[in-house]
Amino acid sequence: MNIHEYQGKEVLKQYGVAVPEGRVAFTVDEAVEAAEALGSPVVVVKAQIHAGGRGKAGGVKVAKNLDEVRNYAQEILGKVLVTHQTGPEGKEVKRLLIEQGCDIKKEYYVGVVVDRGTGCVVLMASEEGGTEIEEVAANTPDKIFKEVIDPALGLQAYQARRLAFAINIPKELVNKAAGFMLALYEAFVDKDCSIAEINPLVVTGDGDVMALDAKLNFDSNALFRHKDILALRDLEEEDEKEIEASKFDLSYIALDGNIGCMVNGAGLAMATMDIIKYYGGDPANFLDVGGGATAEKVTEAFKIILSDAKVRGIFINIFGGIMKCDVIASGVVEAAEQVGLDRPLVVRLEGTNVELGKKILAESGLAIVSADSMADGAQKIVALVS
Amino acid sequence: MSILVDKNTKVITQGITGKTALFHAKGALDYGTQMVGGTSPGKGGTSVDIALENGETVSLPVFNTVREAKVATGATASVIYVPPAFAADSILEAVEAELELVICITEGIPVLDMVKVKRYMEGKNTILIGPNCPGVITPGECKIGIMPGYIHLPGHVGVVSRSGTLTYEAVHQLTTRGIGQSSAVGIGGDPVKGSEFIDILEMFNEDDNTHAVIMIGEIGGTAEEEAAEWIRDNMKKPVVGFIGGVTAPPGKRMGHAGAIISGGKGTAKEKISKLEECGIRVAPTPSEMGSTLVSVLEERGILNSCTTH
Repeated sequence: MNIHEYQGKEVLKQYGVAVPEGRVAFTVDEAVEAAEALGSPVVVVKAQIHAGGRGKAGGVKVAKNLDEVRNYAQEILGKVLVTHQTGPEGKEVKRLLIEQGCDIKKEYYVGVVVDRGTGCVVLMASEEGGTEIEEVAANTPDKIFKEVIDPALGLQAYQARRLAFAINIPKELVNKAAGFMLALYEAFVDKDCSIAEINPLVVTGDGDVMALDAKLNFDSNALFRHKDILALRDLEEEDEKEIEASKFDLSYIALDGNIGCMVNGAGLAMATMDIIKYYGGDPANFLDVGGGATAEKVTEAFKIILSDAKVRGIFINIFGGIMKCDVIASGVVEAAEQVGLDRPLVVRLEGTNVELGKKILAESGLAIVSADSMADGAQKIVALVS
Repeated sequence: MSILVDKNTKVITQGITGKTALFHAKGALDYGTQMVGGTSPGKGGTSVDIALENGETVSLPVFNTVREAKVATGATASVIYVPPAFAADSILEAVEAELELVICITEGIPVLDMVKVKRYMEGKNTILIGPNCPGVITPGECKIGIMPGYIHLPGHVGVVSRSGTLTYEAVHQLTTRGIGQSSAVGIGGDPVKGSEFIDILEMFNEDDNTHAVIMIGEIGGTAEEEAAEWIRDNMKKPVVGFIGGVTAPPGKRMGHAGAIISGGKGTAKEKISKLEECGIRVAPTPSEMGSTLVSVLEERGILNSCTTH
C-alpha cells in the first residue's frame, strides 16, 4: 500500500527521523494558512500524488511570500500531473504539502528494501541524491553502497556509520546521518514497510541531516497489525475497479487492452495474459479469482470486467482443482444472466468435474464459446474481438 | 525414489481443527498419504474423525505442540494451514521440533515475518517449502497440499514451480501425454521463502527416478536466472522452462507478493533470454509446456523411458 509524502513524513517523525516542518492543505486558503503558520520566509508547495517525478512535471514550487503560495496552490491544485510513474493519463492533484524551505548543501539517497537474494532487509545509500536510483544503478553501480541487516540484531551503528562515510557525508555530520538511518530502519521494521526511500536526503547549511522527500510503501500482508497505516489509505489514488475487486477478495489489475480475463491462480492469470498477447490480442486486465472462489465471487468478477467499457470480449480460463468446474460454470451462467451478456465469451474449463461444468454452460442457452485448451481459448477470443 | 516425500512419509497437520486444514487432511488421506495426526493448541488429547471417500473413518490424534505430536506419532513432516498472522510462529515451532520437512501452504504472511524465519532456520536441518504454495506431491505415494491429486501420474519428470495453478497446468499436459511425474513441488509465490529453485533442482539431479525437469518461473527477483546458471554448470538432466508475465506491467504486483517488476529488474524477457543462454528450452506459451518437454525428450532419446506404459 502506498501513502502520500506528507503522511510518510508524519510516520517517520514518530521514530525521530528528521523532516522539514510542514502541513497538508486541501484548498488554496488552507495552503496560505499553512504557510503563515510555518512562519518561514521560503516555503515549498508540493503536489501530493502517489507517483514520483512530480518536480519535473511542475508539481513542486518554491514560494518566497504568501502571494506566491496562493498563486502556486491555485496553479497546482486540480492540475493533472503526468510523470513517468502516472501513465499518460496522469493524476489529478487534490492535496498539497506546504513545507518549510531549507538551505540545501548537498543531496544524497537512502533507501531500505527487503532483498530476496539474502532474505534480509538491506539499507542502501548513494552520493547521487535527487536522481532516480535506477539510473544510478544502471550507470554508476559503484556509487551505491549496501548494508545487509541481520534481522536478529537489527541495523548496527557501525553499519550506518560505514554507509555515511562511504557516501561522503561531511565528517562532523556522520553521527547525525547514522542516527537518521537507524531511525529510518526502526520505522521500516516497526511498520512493516516494503520500501522506504528518502530521495533526496539533504545536508543543510545549518548542519542538519533531513528527509526532503519520503516514499513509504507498506507490505499489504502486514496491514492487519497496523490499523494506523491502513487509515492513511487514499482511495482516490487507486483504480475504482481495483478497489471494488479487493472488497470481494479478488486480485484485479487494470490494463489497457480489450479482452477481459478471469482466471484462478496468479501464475495462470499472468500466463493467460501472455498467451492472449502471443496470439495478437490485448488483455484488459489481470484477474485472479483465487483458489476458493464461490459463485458469488465469480459473479462479482464478471460485473467488474463488464464495467470496463474497453472490454470487447471475455476469456475465462479455469483450472479447477479445489475449485470445481461445475461451481464455476454455475457462477458464470448466473452472472451472465444477471448482468446481461452483451459481448463474446470464451470459456476454457479443465480439472475437477469438467464434464459437468461444460454441460452446464452448453445447456444454459447463452452464447458461450467453449475452448479445449488455453491456446484454443486465446485464439478464439482474439478472433472474436478483432 | 522421488524427492522430499514418499509412501513412508509420516505427516502431521498444524492447525488441524481448522476448516481448510481438515478439508485438505481428508484429501491427503484419500490419496493415501500417511497423515498421522495434528496440532491445535488447547485441544491436545482430543481427536478429529475424518470420513474418507472409501467409506472408512480415520481418527487422528490432536496435540497441543509439534514436539508432542512428533514424539507420539513419529512424524517427520508437517503441513501448515494456519492463518497468516500465526503462520510464521507455526513454522518456527516445527523447525524447533526438528521435523525434516515443513510445508507451509498459508498465503499472505508478512514478509518481515519470513525474514525472521529464514534467519532462524540458518544452520538447522529442516527443509521448508513455501509459504504461499500448493505443496508437494509424489504421485501414487504421498500428497501434501492443496493440489488436485487425480491429475498426476507416477513417472519420471520432476516439476518445480512458483505458481500453483500453472503447476497443475503443466502436470495435466504431461499426464494427458502419458508422461508421469516423479515429484511436483510448488515453492511458492512469496519474495522470501524456504526453498528456492536451486534447492529443488539439486534434489531432482540426485534422484535416480527423475529423468527430466520442468521449471516454471515468473516475473520478480532473480531466482530463475540463478537457477539457469546452476543448471548450465551442474544439471545432468534436461530441463525445460516456462516464465509467466511477459505482458505484466512494471510496478504492479501480479497477485503473488513476489511477482512484481521493480526498478526495471525481474522482467520475463530477461529471464527467458538467460534461460536460453544457459541451454534451457523455454516453452513459448503456457499451452506448450508439455509439448516442449516432449520434443526435448525425443531429441535426447529418453521419451520412451519417461512415458508411463
